[in-house]
Amino acid sequence: MGNIGAKEVPRLLTPEGLRIDGRRLDELRPLTITAGPLHAADGSAFVEWGMNKVMAAVYGPREVHPRHLQENNKAIVQCRYNMAAFSVDERKRPGLDRRSQEISKVIAEAFESVIFAEEYPRTSIDVYIEVLQANAGTRCAGLVAASVALADAGIPMVDLVPAVAVGKIEGKIALDLKKEEDNFGEADLPMALVPQSGRLVLLQMEGHMTRDELGQALDLGVVGCRRIYEVMKQALRDRYAVKDADGASGSAA
Amino acid sequence: MSDEVTAEILTTHILDLAKSGKRLDGRGMDEYREVKVEFGFAGNADGSALASIGKTKALCGVKLEVGKPFPDTPNAGVLTTNAELIPLSSPLFEPGPPHPRAIEVSRVVDRSIRAAETIDLAKLSITPGEKSWVCYVDVHVLDHSGNIIDTAQLAALGALTHTTVPNKRFGIAESDAPFEVHHFPVECTFVRLGDAIVADPAFDEERAAQGRITVATDEAGNVVAMQKGLIGAFSPDDVKDVAERAFRHGDRMRAVARG
Repeated sequence: MGNIGAKEVPRLLTPEGLRIDGRRLDELRPLTITAGPLHAADGSAFVEWGMNKVMAAVYGPREVHPRHLQENNKAIVQCRYNMAAFSVDERKRPGLDRRSQEISKVIAEAFESVIFAEEYPRTSIDVYIEVLQANAGTRCAGLVAASVALADAGIPMVDLVPAVAVGKIEGKIALDLKKEEDNFGEADLPMALVPQSGRLVLLQMEGHMTRDELGQALDLGVVGCRRIYEVMKQALRDRYAVKDADGASGSAA
Repeated sequence: MSDEVTAEILTTHILDLAKSGKRLDGRGMDEYREVKVEFGFAGNADGSALASIGKTKALCGVKLEVGKPFPDTPNAGVLTTNAELIPLSSPLFEPGPPHPRAIEVSRVVDRSIRAAETIDLAKLSITPGEKSWVCYVDVHVLDHSGNIIDTAQLAALGALTHTTVPNKRFGIAESDAPFEVHHFPVECTFVRLGDAIVADPAFDEERAAQGRITVATDEAGNVVAMQKGLIGAFSPDDVKDVAERAFRHGDRMRAVARG
């Protein structure tokens, strides 16, 4: 996929079945989530995931701009997923390209599937995602960051929404592709799970998968999402833990 | 406002019907409307097809031009797919820059064609690094009566399979040649109505839908692209089930698009 004219396809798996960064097929890249790093936003989160760095901020519920988008019986969710010009190898022209607009749409729909929007009629919940450093899987990293930011903003939701991409490298289904694996892999399937219902609110796919591989990929993605879910919850606990006088966190009295 | 109220009543009715396994237009839950493709509709295009699924219609015209390959793929041609949701086709569509909905349709159609390797881009190269064929796949949705994605994609595949390379027009060779199509991806779309997941949503079913899912399959038994859209959710088992159904419908639709 997307590698026409490339000089050679590098090996992506060692004879022992390990990946170029030493991971097993079902292993995630290191993930760190910080809840509430931004001051001005109603809610925010910063995600470092492998070599990805993504910041998310949430504003609202607030007045709808432009006004005509307002809905009388519920809040609307607007999302802007944007990649910084310097976030990729070759400078990206600033602003939303078609890819970014599509991703913004599917992420907004994913959140609208879990937010209790009818609680805030005639308002907008605005979700901003800025990719600062990209290394494959940025829509999932952005979604994870935004989900924690929504919780940080106190927006009522069914659940947090962990997300991860599953791919196929050298014929094997693999969790959480990094850039080289994504560029030379055979398929990419980003998904977002609502752990409470076990249902997917974001699902895209591109590449080649047989029926069996699709089944495997979905199952592996669910496992990945559940691991990410734990990191997301911990980030929120860390943010809101009651701290004692010397700043160390302790339990509430 | 009255429009909103009608829509609300209709939505409730559609969801009630779905509970008892029925649909507004009397179709079965897994039944497509009539699928048709007419070839060569736009005579000045190098290939064209008018696809219809029920009352929904989309026209695709393919134009080939000689241009420059992208610097990062000097040995390959260029394929560009675009879908326009023109105001002629629905009161929902307005003139102006493309709405995210139109961008999504374009990209989902493009993804199926690209991922299935429908066209071998390397074969579109004329002089490496200098000259290659640029293949423009432009789809106009003409009548929106639900399930635009499948209709637009079918039109695109139909047009590509009936395209002629205009060698003479560009002085590349003495005679024109048929355009080579290597794979035949077809997209099938489903929506959730309560606990039911129905195939080929009609306009009002889309408005009532609690999530939409599109699965593109190829003739060799691969899933090549997927897209979940709208507000709503699907379990992994739903996705597996829908993929099976997409293979069944896809094989029949492929035959129609190949003509």
